Amino acid sequence: MKKDIILAGVGGQGILSIASVIGVAAVNLGLHLKQAEVHGMSQRGGDVQSHLRLSDKEIASDLIPYGKADMIISVEPMEVLRYLPMISPEGWIITSIKPFINISNYPPLEKIMSEIEAFENHVALDADKIAKESGSLRAANDIDYGNFEEAIKFVFGSKGDDIVNINLKAMKAGRDFAETHSHAKLK
Amino acid sequence: MQKLVLLGDEAIAQAAIDAGITGIYAYPGTPSTEITEYIQRSGEAKEKGIRSSWSANEKTAMEAALGMSYAGKRTMVCMKHVGLNVAADPFVNSAITGANGGIIVVAADDPSMHSSQNEQDSRFYGKFAMIPVLEPVNQQEAYDMVHYGFDISEKYRIPVMLRITTRLAHSRAGVQRKDSRKQNELKLPKNLTQFVLLPSIARKQYKDLIRNQENFNNESETSGFNEYFEGQDKSRGIITSGIAYNYLMENYSDRICPNPLLKICQYPLPEKLLKKISEECDELLLIEEGAPFIEESLKGVLGNCLKVKGRLDGTVPRDGELNPNIVARALGFEDTRGRDVPAIVAARPPSLCAGCPHIDSYLGLNSVLEEFTPGRVFADIGCYTLGALPPYNSVNSCVDMGASITMAKGASDAGLKPAVAVIGDSTFTHSGITGLLDAVNDKTPITVFILDNATTGMTGGQKSAANGRIEHICIGLGVEKEHLHVINPMRKYHGENIKIIQEELNYDGVSVIIPRRECIQTIGKNKKEDKLKKGE
Ligand SMILES: Cc1ncc(C[n+]2csc(CCOP(=O)(O)OP(=O)(O)O)c2C)c(N)n1
Ligand code: SF4
Repeated sequence: MKKDIILAGVGGQGILSIASVIGVAAVNLGLHLKQAEVHGMSQRGGDVQSHLRLSDKEIASDLIPYGKADMIISVEPMEVLRYLPMISPEGWIITSIKPFINISNYPPLEKIMSEIEAFENHVALDADKIAKESGSLRAANDIDYGNFEEAIKFVFGSKGDDIVNINLKAMKAGRDFAETHSHAKLK
Repeated sequence: MQKLVLLGDEAIAQAAIDAGITGIYAYPGTPSTEITEYIQRSGEAKEKGIRSSWSANEKTAMEAALGMSYAGKRTMVCMKHVGLNVAADPFVNSAITGANGGIIVVAADDPSMHSSQNEQDSRFYGKFAMIPVLEPVNQQEAYDMVHYGFDISEKYRIPVMLRITTRLAHSRAGVQRKDSRKQNELKLPKNLTQFVLLPSIARKQYKDLIRNQENFNNESETSGFNEYFEGQDKSRGIITSGIAYNYLMENYSDRICPNPLLKICQYPLPEKLLKKISEECDELLLIEEGAPFIEESLKGVLGNCLKVKGRLDGTVPRDGELNPNIVARALGFEDTRGRDVPAIVAARPPSLCAGCPHIDSYLGLNSVLEEFTPGRVFADIGCYTLGALPPYNSVNSCVDMGASITMAKGASDAGLKPAVAVIGDSTFTHSGITGLLDAVNDKTPITVFILDNATTGMTGGQKSAANGRIEHICIGLGVEKEHLHVINPMRKYHGENIKIIQEELNYDGVSVIIPRRECIQTIGKNKKEDKLKKGE
């Protein structure tokens, strides 16, 4: 088993929390993990990404090679496109469709969506809508992956039971969504 | 014990706690900041009474650590690579005083300058000071090397450098801990002149340091961190430094390199191992994260019969961080790449947060400076450096921490009037104070903006050293009260603020204007923490 995942977004959107939830879950399962993050200057509203590598064998590089990522998970639609050079020919892109606009030359959303839809293996979802239904806008990020209950408890545990529960609910909503939708149905 | 999932920085911090340090000293700087922050948050460190608050700058940190070592206790001092320039004086001299309690200096380099002004390679500093340098290949080795580093530091009574780079510092992996060690007892050096670097003493101790090189060499050959892997294909030998080894291995799916391979993680360079690989192989390929440090020492100035490939001949790019693909190309392997980035994707450079107090400071300054020719604003390092970018285009320099005031002074001395300096509160206490004293002593016509957002914003909101006391420091330095103003950088005070700025630009001496409003990020963070404390 080997999974190489790029997590993408904009500084301040919570990429790092997502990455550490998945990371803790993986290590608790006895997997090898390497997860490279961006700290520093780019966190001031710049583009940020995390390389997340999981494997049952020892992992060499902290960085995923170009053209080898199995998946790009993005909490912002333009940002998913920035990392296309990383994706493998069979890879999947999964993205939230809600733009984060902090630059004046942000491209029209339709153009972004048509680039995303041009990619065979894609899932585009309205994470905010699903999150609202599950109780918290801030838990929107958790929608993009499922199956990490223990990790959510560990990472958010210090923030109290309510936060943990909201994140768990968001996770379940995300999983339900993923099970019932594919990009074909979304169109 | 269960494995902990730790950033490289956190692995170093946990190791320092486990290895029995009594104190850590540091000034924040990407990518080193998280080492000290981890210890500040750690309940275990609190229980053990480990001191960990921020120092005013890297030099004061290095000196305090040296004092702790003098008193016989173990200590760590952390900084980003350019911080070592600031700490260079005590750092280099500490090799001659030697250590008493163990001391590890962590230098965190930033190849590709993700968050820095340059990409200098700290291994040169280690060699310059003639001390052992450790360069971990992964998070576990970073953890282990801290324990080993303290061992050799106390064995040879010498400070040891741990050199890391951004990628290791900010990447997470599982780390296995070792048993905890007790802290040292208070114990002064046997020889009470060990730390007195009078020429007569320094000369003698320098000879000791030179003699000790043989021991350091021996450690490099035998500690096991420098590893030799035999290989069948001797047409080329490969030498890696630090995490470059991982990028090499990524290129072999079975993790076996067919060429003889020397993985270097400890310096001084292991001469015997280097001789072995150079004798066995027809040519050498050097893959170093950072400058061509090993490559240059193998090549020398005149070159020799050895065929050496690496950053110097362009086999590997001369600058920038490595990755698996760069290494693949250097090996002559086929490169991989996904799809191109669609042309519509726009750059998203870092920018000042919406509502940042610096925005109002720059809008005020810009409107007053409109009547002058451009190019008069000397800035410094911090969030406010982003004022150099559109839409503000407010500043004309950013060189090193503290250089705003002194460069404005030099330009003013040369005849540029008005000349303006812009410096953050943390940068001011880091190294702006002495420059302001120079200007006061000369009565140099400059206007100094000290942007007081009550925090060290750029590095994530650490405590600022003289919070709420900036104006008292200025008065103490001799700034005239009439020419010192604390203003509130908010849109609604724009009119009165620009009047003050205008007046002070006309003053023929030192003026200081302190726009004071808290960073909105720290306001948000503090609110969240308060809520948590109240259990909301
Ligand atoms: C010698 C050195 N040490 C540390 C740093 C890292 N660094 C860059 S900006 C900064 C903090 C600046 O804080 P402040 O001056 O208060 O400005 P703010 O970011 O809050 O606007 C630090 C610590 C550096 N660039 N150089
Ligand atoms: S972190 Fe604070 S100081 Fe830095 S840009 Fe944001 S609001 Fe301004």
